[in-house]
Order: sequence, then structure tokens, then C-alpha cells
Amino acid sequence: MENTNTNTEAMMNTNTAVLDRTGDTSREIREDAGTERASFEALGGLMAQMTGDEKHGPAATSTLDALWVLYTRVLRVDPHAPEDPLRDRFLLSKGHGPMAYYAVLAARGFIPESWLGDFGSFDSPLGHHPDRLLVPGAEIGSGSLGHGLGLAVGTALGLRARGLNTQRVVTLLGDAELDEGSNHEAIAYAGAVGLASLTAVVVDNQSATHGWSGGIATRFEREGWSTVTVDGRDHDALEAAFTAPHPGRPHAVVAVVEPKYS
Amino acid sequence: MDTMRERFTSTTSDLLDQDPRLAVVLADITAAAFAPAAARHPERVLNVGIREQLLIGVAGGLALAGLRPIAHTFPSFLVERPFEQIKLDLGHQDVGAVLVSTGASYDMASLGRTHQAPGDVALFDTLEGWTVQVPGHPEEAEALLRAAAAGSGRVYLRLSGETNHAAHPVEGGRMAVLKQGSDRAAGVVVAVGPLLDPVLEAVADLDVTVLYAATVRPFDVAGLRSAVARTAAADVVVVEPYLAGTSNREVGEALLDTPHRVLGLGVARQELRRYGTPAEHAAAHGLDAASLRARIGGFLG
Repeated sequence: MENTNTNTEAMMNTNTAVLDRTGDTSREIREDAGTERASFEALGGLMAQMTGDEKHGPAATSTLDALWVLYTRVLRVDPHAPEDPLRDRFLLSKGHGPMAYYAVLAARGFIPESWLGDFGSFDSPLGHHPDRLLVPGAEIGSGSLGHGLGLAVGTALGLRARGLNTQRVVTLLGDAELDEGSNHEAIAYAGAVGLASLTAVVVDNQSATHGWSGGIATRFEREGWSTVTVDGRDHDALEAAFTAPHPGRPHAVVAVVEPKYS
Repeated sequence: MDTMRERFTSTTSDLLDQDPRLAVVLADITAAAFAPAAARHPERVLNVGIREQLLIGVAGGLALAGLRPIAHTFPSFLVERPFEQIKLDLGHQDVGAVLVSTGASYDMASLGRTHQAPGDVALFDTLEGWTVQVPGHPEEAEALLRAAAAGSGRVYLRLSGETNHAAHPVEGGRMAVLKQGSDRAAGVVVAVGPLLDPVLEAVADLDVTVLYAATVRPFDVAGLRSAVARTAAADVVVVEPYLAGTSNREVGEALLDTPHRVLGLGVARQELRRYGTPAEHAAAHGLDAASLRARIGGFLG
């Protein structure tokens, strides 16, 4: 796909990492590592506007690193053109605890930072479960677990049918969310048809009541997916996992973080 | 004459050739009939297997990606089993889709309760923004399907094995006056979809107005009010091929400013726990012409 936007220069003047719309992950247009780390650290302040706490437990931030790496290093999405038909799609399936998501969307310029303080109120577009009609950049409304992967499969099929073959569809789930049987319908089908544009990110904070004997990745592997399990706090490892080639197969990234209950 | 289900596959296959925006999602049911279309359009005829949550989830995703999805299977598995997907993956995402069921309330009488879904239309009444259509003839099914495929909204098209002997115009979602009562008419009978023929037979000797509805949601309020205004009594009977009383609320709201009575006839809530034929089930639910004559006559008499 072509770079249809002219805002790269403008974005480089902001205090956020710059998105490479060409899909080339070359680093010269990125911020240096120190600045990126500072931008990431600033997410805590954004979350504090929603939670009132300066410190957040691991559960509240279990998705934060994966979201940050996706939005700064992987996804071709543009806050100035959130409806661009050529964009990658990110579907937050695990709509619970969306403060990390909102913080990243605010940091990336999809939503104004001023929205955060009113989080969860009647007049706020930001609820405890996101609504795609209210949040710019949110591809789906979620909160009921087990819906994002099926929607992501359909989105990937739809983009393919439209000839949009370089767009990625990424959905983020939680390990407990995998309890929902709907996910297993989607995992089996996407593997069987080799839906290569699809990536499922499972943030594993070991919160599933009955666990996943043999590991989460095996659920995907046995259905023909490419899988990789990484440290969900290691940004470079996450980036490598998100960008690993997986020709002809859907891709699952299991991002392991601290246990929710420990 | 082909069946509604056959007309669905032939019409949809034709539309797939013409409209690159259209996609069909199947869950094994009717997949064989779509095989030629699937060979021509492998990326737009998608069979997910026996996975009905995914059936609706994929339809929602296709719509998010800009396609016009048609999802299809039996009503038990299209509407009841993945109902939350209908609510969220279509409604809450605010995307359009056409859901086409075949099997109705007791087409598959011999298969028992598992394959009977008389509550499907009532379920859609809990949701916002659905057009619900119950054609009574393959010609009507084709006209409604073509219009739905060309649109962008959420449409439930309920096909059945039972049909009327003749097709009637169904465009515009209005009810048609198929029997006009006199100024002294005892009331208005609304016949839905394939129950039109038994209703007409039942009321042949009664002075009533008969309205025919192939589109039940949105309900044709103006059509009902106009018909009621011309009869002696504001008494309404709705005869529906799904759960009895499903449209009573619509009639009540349409006639909110008019003292009226309403009788809802349809499929009973109680399980029959019988097999047999659709005709036997119709009779058991009091929806054959003789039963309808007695029940309508008794209410309006």
C-alpha cells in the first residue's frame, strides 16, 4: 500500500514515537530509545487521570506494554485518519480494564487527554468497556468476552475479499477470556483456512480459573497457527514477536506478564 | 415452483456475481447448494463449519470491513444459539447484515424441538433497528432478499417450507389489503407470511378486513390504523407463524389512542413433544383453516 498521508513530518514534531506508514520498521524515523521510554513512562500519568492512583497494580497494566508496542512500532494507524480504509485494524477483544488502552490512544493522539479525567461518567465517551461509536480509533465495542477474535476473523476475510491484502488485523485477548468457547470456534477456523493477515495477542496474566494445561500457545499451534511466547514487558521481544513472518498461517503472540493473583 | 430455500440460493448466487460487496457466510447448512457460487467466489462464500457464534462474528467482521454479509442457517442456530453475537457483533457494533433462516417454526417437525424456533421474531423484538420479514411465497422471498442485499441495515429474513398459492407485492414494507370488510365489518385480521392462505380460507364467510404482512418489523402502523378506522369495531386478530402474541405489543402501540381488543394467534409456547409433519403441527397449534375459523369467529363474533 502507498503512504497516503502527509502528516509524518507533523507527527515527528510531537512528543510521541512516529509511525512508519510504509510498514517498514526502519528505526531512523523513530524516537531514540530514551525518549520512547520516557513516553511510555508517561502513560502512568495518563492512567492516573482515570484511576486516581499514581501506582497501578500489574492487573491494570497487563496489556499496557503490548498495546504500546503495537501502537508505536507495529500498527499502521493514523490518529489524523482513523477511518483510513488502508489502515491496519486493531480490535481490543478484552474490553475489561481499558484504562491502558485509553492511555495509549490518548498518547498517540486518537483521543484528547482531557477526556481521561471524566472516565466512566455519564457524559464521558470513555467507559469501563469501550464503545466504537464513541471512541475514535476503537475498531470494536467490547466488554463481553469472546467476541473480538470472531470479529477479527471476519474483518480479515472482508479485507481480503476487497483486495486489501497488506492490511493486518490484530486482536488482543486475555488468557481468562480464552475460556469462552467462541474463541475456539475462531481459532480452529482461522487455522484451517490459513488466515495469514490475522494476529491474536493473548496477554497471559495467569488469571484463567482452570488454567491452560500444556500452555496457551498449544491451543493455537495444534490448529495450524504460527505462535510465539514472549515476555509481555519486553518491548523489543514483543516487537519481534509481532513482526515475525508467518506466511500462510495466522499468528498468535502469547505475552506473559505477572500473575493477576499472586 | 422452487422452494423459498432454493430461491434463496439461486438469487444469492446471482447477486454474488453482480455485487462485489456481497458475501455469504454459512455454517454447513445449505453449503452444498452454494458450492457453484463458492467455486466462482471463494473469498465471498465462506463456510465456517458448525460454528454459529463464529457465523455471526464473521458476519460482523465482514461488515466492519465494508462488505454486505448474508449469514444463513436454521433459525435455532442462526438466532437463538448465537443471540449475543447478534446483539453485540452486529447491533452494538452498529453494522448491517442480512440474516436468512430456513426452517421456520416447524418445517422440520419430525426433528423435534431442537430444530424448531418459534421464538426467533420475539427475540429480535428485544433489539434495536432490525427489519423482520416473513415472506409467504418464493417470489416474495426473492424480492425481499434483493432489496435487503442492496441495502445497508440489519434484516432478518425468515424463510419457510410452507407457502401461499400466490405471491403478493411486498415492496415498501406495507401491509396489503387482501379482503376489504364492509363498514359493519367485525374487525381486522392481520395474516403474516405463509399463514395467509389458511386465514383467507378461514374468514371466507366473515365480514372482516384481511391485511397481509410479509414485513412485520417495522410494523405497518399506518396500514393497521387505516384498516381499523374503516371497520365497525377496533378488534384485531394477528395470525403469525411464530410465537403467539409476538405482535400484540405492536398492535397495542399502533392503537394507543383507540379502545381496542387484540387476539394473537400463532405457535404455542408449550412444547408439543410430537414429531410428524408441519401440517400436523399447524393443526396442533390451531393454525389450520378450521381451527382459525373457530378462534377468529369466536373472538370477533
